[in-house]
Amino acid sequence: MMSNNEDTRVVVGMSGGVDSSVTALLLKQQGYDVIGIFMKNWDDTDDEGFCTATEDYDDVVRVCNQLNIPYFAVNFEKQYWDKVFTYFLDEYKAGRTPNPDVMCNKEIKFKAFLDHALSLGADYVATGHYAQTRIRDGKVELLRGVDDNKDQTYFLNQLSSDVLKKVMFPLGHLPKKEVRRIAKENDLVTANKKDSTGICFIGERDFKTFLSEYLPAQPGRIQTMSGEDKGQHEGLMYYTIGQRQGLGIGGPGGPWFVVGKNLKENLLYVEAGYDNQYMKSDQLLAVDINWVNGAPAEQFTCTAKFRYRQKDSEVSVRIQADQTVLVNFANKERAVTPGQAVVFYQGEVCLGGGTIDKVFKAGQSLDYIG
Amino acid sequence: MDTIYLDHAATTPIHPEVIKTMSEVMEESFGNPSSIHGFGRHARALLDESRRYLARSIGADEKEVYFTSGGTEADNIALIGVAQANKNKGKHIITTQIEHHGILHAAEHLEAIGFEVTYLPVDAYGQVDIEMFKKHLREDTILVSIMMINNETGAIQPIKQIATLLESHQAYFHTDAVQAYGLKPINVTDLGVDLMSITAHKFNGPKGVGFLYAKQGVKFTALSHGGAQERLKRAGTENLPAIVGMKRAIEVIEENNYLNFERYKQYNEQFYTQLKAACEFVVNGQYDNQSPTILNVSFPNTNVESLLMNLDLEGVAASSGSACTAGSLQSSHVLVAMYGADDPRTQNSIRFSFGLANNQDQMIEAATRVARVVNRLTKK
Repeated sequence: MMSNNEDTRVVVGMSGGVDSSVTALLLKQQGYDVIGIFMKNWDDTDDEGFCTATEDYDDVVRVCNQLNIPYFAVNFEKQYWDKVFTYFLDEYKAGRTPNPDVMCNKEIKFKAFLDHALSLGADYVATGHYAQTRIRDGKVELLRGVDDNKDQTYFLNQLSSDVLKKVMFPLGHLPKKEVRRIAKENDLVTANKKDSTGICFIGERDFKTFLSEYLPAQPGRIQTMSGEDKGQHEGLMYYTIGQRQGLGIGGPGGPWFVVGKNLKENLLYVEAGYDNQYMKSDQLLAVDINWVNGAPAEQFTCTAKFRYRQKDSEVSVRIQADQTVLVNFANKERAVTPGQAVVFYQGEVCLGGGTIDKVFKAGQSLDYIG
Repeated sequence: MDTIYLDHAATTPIHPEVIKTMSEVMEESFGNPSSIHGFGRHARALLDESRRYLARSIGADEKEVYFTSGGTEADNIALIGVAQANKNKGKHIITTQIEHHGILHAAEHLEAIGFEVTYLPVDAYGQVDIEMFKKHLREDTILVSIMMINNETGAIQPIKQIATLLESHQAYFHTDAVQAYGLKPINVTDLGVDLMSITAHKFNGPKGVGFLYAKQGVKFTALSHGGAQERLKRAGTENLPAIVGMKRAIEVIEENNYLNFERYKQYNEQFYTQLKAACEFVVNGQYDNQSPTILNVSFPNTNVESLLMNLDLEGVAASSGSACTAGSLQSSHVLVAMYGADDPRTQNSIRFSFGLANNQDQMIEAATRVARVVNRLTKK
């Protein structure tokens, strides 16, 4: 099998970061016909003409020249705006906390980009995600990356087996530290480049300032669940369930946490204590469900994540007639937030996931949460 | 598989004669032309000889040739230098929407410092409309800059007609002749221009060198300051090997009686005919009335990024002529000026440009490869 790697064309999605640089390096070392492509999904050119995409592309060029592989750039700004950013704003308008990275993987990296790569005669696309695939009974399964702290299957939950069979994740079996070491050992120009943090189009900028450029902020009152006034909020979209920072509530009785929102009356609900009962739930309804290889059963138990990098929780899943799912938690969970993804696992295998739409406690919908 | 180079409008291979000449200069004539000793005098003699030869090649006096680092610097001096030196006569400048960025961005800079710039539109063939020009010419216009041949479509602009209209007007007339020089002899007096930009790497000379023709009496300020080179208009030690190489490049073309023009025209026609038989496309501009070195075509139902990458992987080097941000293509400002921003042709057009790197056999093979890619991408 190794002998025909040179006839296998792999298009690597390169961001200019260390992970995708090492992805290309490893594939090149394995003898594949590797092509590096930079995706430009967002334009943040400032008044001085500075654009992070330009800097990042420059790094892609330098790494590809080090590896002696062809490189190109492709512009998905329009698709990104239509499919990811519009959704992102709509979710905030609806008082939810969206996950643009999940949407970006579904619509851009593993759709628009995959199609583009296939049009270049690619057999596979590869990315620097910390995840693995495995073929079982002719089906491609999605597995967690071995680096627990970096596992990115949470963001890949919307991919199907059909897509995954054209995808390689060459970093999935490596710890992040090892990836850095490989980059340094091979003297890649990105070896010491800082990992990007936060949402890609916001970057290092202040989240509030960024959002206020697109959505008008409407300040309103902060209240406890029993109606006690606790001051002013800057706009409901700036807060997420379970948040402590940035509330500006002084005085006794704290610390205070966001437990809910009332969109109609523009109220932000807070309660005292990290573990207060108001943000606890025991069931959720999820929509836009994707099963990597179809649903395991109509009803089954597995583990789930409600947020990225959270520990798995024991749940039981019931698929409903309309393909939405009801998820019951073995233990009460804190700050399960509508708009975020719920992702299901059976051991190391990621089964798929969906978007959290509603949360419940004792059969009661917690409408204040969203 | 040999890659076929169809991007001569971007840059051209250096002629072997030019390489030989430049090597000789680098080996034997390293002196500084400003030095007062034998080494300097020897270098100075080569510099003067090159200047005289290049001046004659356009029917100019050697005092009218200013060496620069290339077309962009010549364009910048012509625009910014002339505007600054003549602002007492007016602050209005006319150029076109289809100029090279060396002109357009210099013009934007002039706007930012208080000049007023009119960017003339073009018709669907990419040509400047004379009536439109007349309409926008004002008493206080101090400079008109219109390119001779458009670098993306090859459209030939009515330079002589505009020069005639400016005969009794105060405005200086500059033309960016970067894509024209070396194809057919140019005579600045016949043409009627006051300033003209040239770069060597478009006619098989080296990169990083060019010149500005400025008629005696044209007032312009220097943009770089330092030594007394180029009659105080362009400070910095002259790039002698490149300057002599540029002279040798035009000399080779003259020695061959500009026959390269006919040859490139044949390549274009062969490629065009072969491609026409093999896939669907439309020419941007007028095929019969533009530079034979450039063929800009639109492939319906394709996307330029995908086309260019596939062509590269198939071994055809072409371009879209458009600007890049972070390596990804923006719509060509030239095609936008011709068709409007929403026209699909701004998203699916490719420029093929022919020259020294080509031969007849390549044209058939190149057209076959292009058609293969286009037919694959448009396959439903």
